[in-house]
Amino acid sequence: MKVDLTKIDQMIDKYSSEEDVPYISILQDINDEYRYLPEEALHRVSKKLAVSMSQLYSLATFYKCFSLVPKGKHEVQVCMGTACHVRGAPRILEKVCQGFKVSPGKTSEDGEFSLETVNCVGACALGPLVVMDGKYHGKLTLNKIGKLMGGYHEKEDN
Amino acid sequence: MKKKITSPWDLEILRESIKENRVSGKPCVSVCCGTGCMASGALEVLSSFKSLLKQKGLDFQLDTKLTGCHGFCEQGPLVVITPGDILYCRVQEEDVEEIIEKTIIKDEIIERLSYVEPVSGKQIIKEHDVPFYKKQYRLLMANNGKLVPTEIEDYMALGGYSALKKVLENMTPKQVISEIKTSNLRGRGGGGFPTGVKWQSCFNAPGDPKYLICNADEGDPGCFQDRSILEGNPHSVLEGMIIGAYAVGANQGYIYVRREYPLAIENFGQAIEQAKEYGLLGEGIMGMDFNFNVKINRGGGAFVCGESSASIASIEGKVGEPRDKHTHATEKGLWDKPTVLNNVKTWATVPIIMEKGAEWFASIGTEKSKGTMIFSLTGKVNNTGLAEVPMGMSLRELVFDIGGGVPNGKKLKAVQTGGPSGGCIPENLLDLPVDYEKLSEAGSMMGSGGLIVMDEDTCMVDVAKYFLSFTKDESCGSCFSCREGITRMQEMIDDITRGKSSLEQLELLKELAQVVKDTSMCGLGQTCGNPILSTIRYFEEEYLAHIVEKKCPAGVCRDLISFSIDSELCTGCGRCLKNCPVEAIQGEKKEPHVILEDQCTKCGICREVCKFDAVIKI
Amino acid sequence: MINMSLNGIDVSVEKGTTLLEAARFYGIEIPTLCYNEGLSPYGACRLCLVEIGPPERSRLVSSCTYRAREGLIVRTGTKRVLKSIRLLIELYLATCPSSKVIQDLASKYHVTSVRFHQKHEDCILCGLCVRMCDEQMQANAIGFVHRGGNRLVGTPYNKKSDDCRYCGACMYICPACQARCQGPQEESGVCNACLNLSPPCLDNFDAMMCYMDPCVACEQGIDRKPKK
Repeated sequence: MKVDLTKIDQMIDKYSSEEDVPYISILQDINDEYRYLPEEALHRVSKKLAVSMSQLYSLATFYKCFSLVPKGKHEVQVCMGTACHVRGAPRILEKVCQGFKVSPGKTSEDGEFSLETVNCVGACALGPLVVMDGKYHGKLTLNKIGKLMGGYHEKEDN
Repeated sequence: MKKKITSPWDLEILRESIKENRVSGKPCVSVCCGTGCMASGALEVLSSFKSLLKQKGLDFQLDTKLTGCHGFCEQGPLVVITPGDILYCRVQEEDVEEIIEKTIIKDEIIERLSYVEPVSGKQIIKEHDVPFYKKQYRLLMANNGKLVPTEIEDYMALGGYSALKKVLENMTPKQVISEIKTSNLRGRGGGGFPTGVKWQSCFNAPGDPKYLICNADEGDPGCFQDRSILEGNPHSVLEGMIIGAYAVGANQGYIYVRREYPLAIENFGQAIEQAKEYGLLGEGIMGMDFNFNVKINRGGGAFVCGESSASIASIEGKVGEPRDKHTHATEKGLWDKPTVLNNVKTWATVPIIMEKGAEWFASIGTEKSKGTMIFSLTGKVNNTGLAEVPMGMSLRELVFDIGGGVPNGKKLKAVQTGGPSGGCIPENLLDLPVDYEKLSEAGSMMGSGGLIVMDEDTCMVDVAKYFLSFTKDESCGSCFSCREGITRMQEMIDDITRGKSSLEQLELLKELAQVVKDTSMCGLGQTCGNPILSTIRYFEEEYLAHIVEKKCPAGVCRDLISFSIDSELCTGCGRCLKNCPVEAIQGEKKEPHVILEDQCTKCGICREVCKFDAVIKI
Repeated sequence: MINMSLNGIDVSVEKGTTLLEAARFYGIEIPTLCYNEGLSPYGACRLCLVEIGPPERSRLVSSCTYRAREGLIVRTGTKRVLKSIRLLIELYLATCPSSKVIQDLASKYHVTSVRFHQKHEDCILCGLCVRMCDEQMQANAIGFVHRGGNRLVGTPYNKKSDDCRYCGACMYICPACQARCQGPQEESGVCNACLNLSPPCLDNFDAMMCYMDPCVACEQGIDRKPKK
């Protein structure tokens, strides 16, 4: 995706009236827009706000909400909270990794799926739980998750 | 455009007019739209109620309401029909028509949707009769099921903002602080620091401006009470913050919310806008010489930002590394200015104290821990959900009377409290009353109220390993003892779960856990050893079984278990063979199958898919 | 002036003095790895621990970041402090045995064996280079990347940084890459040669070279493995 620098400038300007520029919020906005942090965008922020690249890069790698590589078409989050863990989340994760051919924190080679593990989405009654493109799928068993993933593969085939 | 409230009197007039416009006793269908219920399809249920009622021409006689989390998440989506207080559980779209036809029109109860108590098998029709709610003392959660979180008028109709009115009308900041002190309210974020003392020291600290922060970076896995309050009753938190700002003299507040909670961010954002419209935020609040604004800061996804100094750093736009807490945030906090930082539950408690009085509040709870605490009951427990109880209730009551015990007739092994910073409390200590001190004595802590029930199928070594991999991932990594210590502890415990450890290593693990606890800079490092130390303290025999006998008694640690197929039970259906991801199962159709041990990865899928219980775990 | 008790002695120091500065001023030795007078204190290495407060409610804090307070009770060499420091040094040895600074600390605190699995890393993430680059050189070319167990020091995208002026200050200040100890055993990670009363450098020089900083013997790469 090409990065539109004027758009980045607008995102920065939105906050520049504030006394202390919230770098994290700016980066979050950029990340929301492109679903990752493009390198050009970071350089632009660095230049416009006179903040060093290393500082921005530290932020971008410290917080889990940022991604430095483009995200896949579907975002899959597997909850690894304690409640989900004792109800078998590790095996669900394993199955997801196998099914979508992707490892946690990565995007599958075909660019379809990005997998992330999250430390609790706060819906513990539904554990083990997977969030696919923002939709919660709870009380999973290996069978259920298999079917769910099957559905996604079919969608791709059509 | 709404009319601004320019005096305390205005608020009362507004409240009366809101109440007048509402026909009292009008029947109402409330659908819980907390995250848990929503994930199970609550929104679909609500919209189908709306459209069907309209179709039938009943929409003028009946209200439909989207409410916040009731707390009884296990049974979601929940529907409550008033009058009558009829509770229906696990309602799906297709049930809606039947509910309207039978219950709403004919006043009949649909038995299959009613709640059945798991232990006694008794059917319960009214919400307030459900044992899960009966033993609770709901202060903070009281209005969650009653109001529409996105409407400030609903909150006002239930008496909202009257605490603020009382404070602004009759009290000086000093009086507010002294009231909070008398109430003995302690920080609900985990540390349990007396809130009044914190406010006082911020009030006294020289420096201008002063800031106020609400920490909603609820990162403990297995905890979701902050989320429920923010989603279900955001104005209660906001009102608490405004009172706090008046008391300490702050004009700018921040709320630091986890990014994983989009609905909480949305609802709280609306709450801020509505409060601004009515002049409850902004310049000259209620016509007084008092200005206050609140900004939302989305968290970046870092558990360590639950630590106050790290969340301050994060709001400042820095990497969330904790600072040495040698100077308190109340003296030098956000941008080095005096800052008072409290948890969501603490802020939400403030209006209740101001409204009902400090003495009343202090009469609830134990000698040193006052008020109520909300626990997230999760894990291997029948009634997963949020339980608000007075401090001092025993863990047994919480797990068995409210939680409904352990599912499938399994035996309870331990209860884990306090998240990754806490510890595991064994079954024989369940009569322990929960308060800050008692839990610390038992080697655990209150934390932000997570309570995870573990049954006999849970391996305690595996649990300790789980928490270490969590803290390893979430440590900021700046101080050596925490970063390297956790890495090493995790490696050592990993060796134990693989049967590759020794008794000397176990001793070293204990020593290391103690030193990391002693020498780390912030709370995360200082408590990350608790899960290990507490599991070794109470479940040493389980560790020894892994180390000496090379066995995992609970059958969890893969390197120490193996699977085989009982040839008498196996019918040769081929289900396991089809599902095995590594082709480790062989066998002809209708003949008993076998597992090839050297290829088996012990994922357990075969055991789960087998319909004849023929796959055994040794 | 602020009055406090330091190892049982009543001392007074100027307002704003850190406990580390106070202790060093009064001649008390405290080990450090991530501290440098010219840079802001960071409290990351956890070696400068001291015990503060009355014995029954005492706790450990890093002395480089803690400022003197009126009436504070500070003790520097208690059992608890030493036990912690020794285990931390053992961990440092297990992580980065080729740093001479760390080997010297091991010798000084009589850490003679390592019970942890031996690793060979170069960086201990003390952050001296990052602070040097930022505070003294105003270049801000390097910084911390990632977090927790994955943390490392680096440049954005691991590329050559436009902000770097090749001044070498980061290398100059590094306690791990400047003075290399050649002695650690492959298995145990301990050298302890300097602890030895007749260190191998005596074969080549007239005196023990360890008093030179960095040690000349080590710098010249003379084989210092103890003779069999």
